[in-house]
Amino acid sequence: MTGRSVATIVSAVLLASVSACTNFFEVPIETPISAKMDVSAFRRVLVAGFISGGTDDVDANLETVRLLRSQLRSKSGLRVIEAEVLPLAELAADKVKASNTSGPAVPQGAADAQPVAPVPQLPGAAPGVSTDGKIRTQKDLDKYQSIFADVAFWKKIGEEYENPLIVTGTVLFTPQQTSGFVTRNVEQYDQLGRRTVVPMRAYMERKGFAITPKFIFIDGRTGATLHSETITEQVLYNAQQNTPALSSYFELMDKILPTFLGTLSTQKIRGTRVLLR
Amino acid sequence: MASRAHVIVRALVFAAAVSVSTAPAWADQRSASKAQVEFGIKVAQNGLWKEATYRWEKAVEMDPTYAAAWNNLAIGYEHEGKFDEARQAYDKAVTLDPKNLLIRQNYDLFKEINDRQKRRNDR
Repeated sequence: MTGRSVATIVSAVLLASVSACTNFFEVPIETPISAKMDVSAFRRVLVAGFISGGTDDVDANLETVRLLRSQLRSKSGLRVIEAEVLPLAELAADKVKASNTSGPAVPQGAADAQPVAPVPQLPGAAPGVSTDGKIRTQKDLDKYQSIFADVAFWKKIGEEYENPLIVTGTVLFTPQQTSGFVTRNVEQYDQLGRRTVVPMRAYMERKGFAITPKFIFIDGRTGATLHSETITEQVLYNAQQNTPALSSYFELMDKILPTFLGTLSTQKIRGTRVLLR
Repeated sequence: MASRAHVIVRALVFAAAVSVSTAPAWADQRSASKAQVEFGIKVAQNGLWKEATYRWEKAVEMDPTYAAAWNNLAIGYEHEGKFDEARQAYDKAVTLDPKNLLIRQNYDLFKEINDRQKRRNDR
């Protein structure tokens, strides 16, 4: 018997005795987090469109609809309806215009919708409201919120698509610029060439984007709002860094998607636990 | 004096008899429970969590003082999304074996997820 085979036998015996003595076992587990909304009454979902604003660099309505539809297709049990994206801002502008000129708003279906000119500014517009007719701030968006409460409008859309769950809302995607002290880890080498990482505070100009989507879930059978949720995320980069708006949009939406999907479907959190003997 | 010694001897004999008669029963309960726990671990490692949870439920029924069984049962409940039951089982495990760091670690990880779920529901 060679020395090597003796060593192999000894290590095998040791391994066997160690495993026999083991009193714990680490196992992977998936903890289900239940959905916030009960969507069992729906088999189909229509991501209708969003009233979007902020920067002109990204069409937040189109991009949000595309992104949510693709996520829902792969990560929920609902069938996603492929339909034209509703020009919701224009429809809402129409409603605002109608209510300004002829008193109470008249519900209008998507089929009747015609593209209209940008919303005329109300005289004595509040500070923070844009003057170019475009949606730039939250205050601009607030003017259009009434469309989401228009039960007849959403019921009509629901009937058109055979009573699905309707996902709509607003998306504000705005550029941000800020300056201030930021703590960063800086590498330093001493005389002997040893590396250390030291936290240092430095004054920095930073720019980036903030996104505030408000997701509204509407029952296509009744037109009533079932649930709504507003989330805000922000990303800031070094002022010298040139990050395209679309990249920032997807970076921010990546953070928001789990919350959105968690509203409609059960999410699983992966982790490990220790079983004991 | 003699009668006092007699009483002491009788008490000792009685205590011995009690310990002899109960020790094997206790040992039997623990070993039967342990068999359920070990089978549960095996099936859980193969992904059969429902069966594993059933086994651990049996184990704690047989021996309610077995901390490891309560710990495993809590994990089984957690895997099924039964958060209230999981919390109760973890509480029991920690009460029975407060110095066990592995049980505490499992419980802390569970609490983190449970708190997140609560925050979501409160929003």
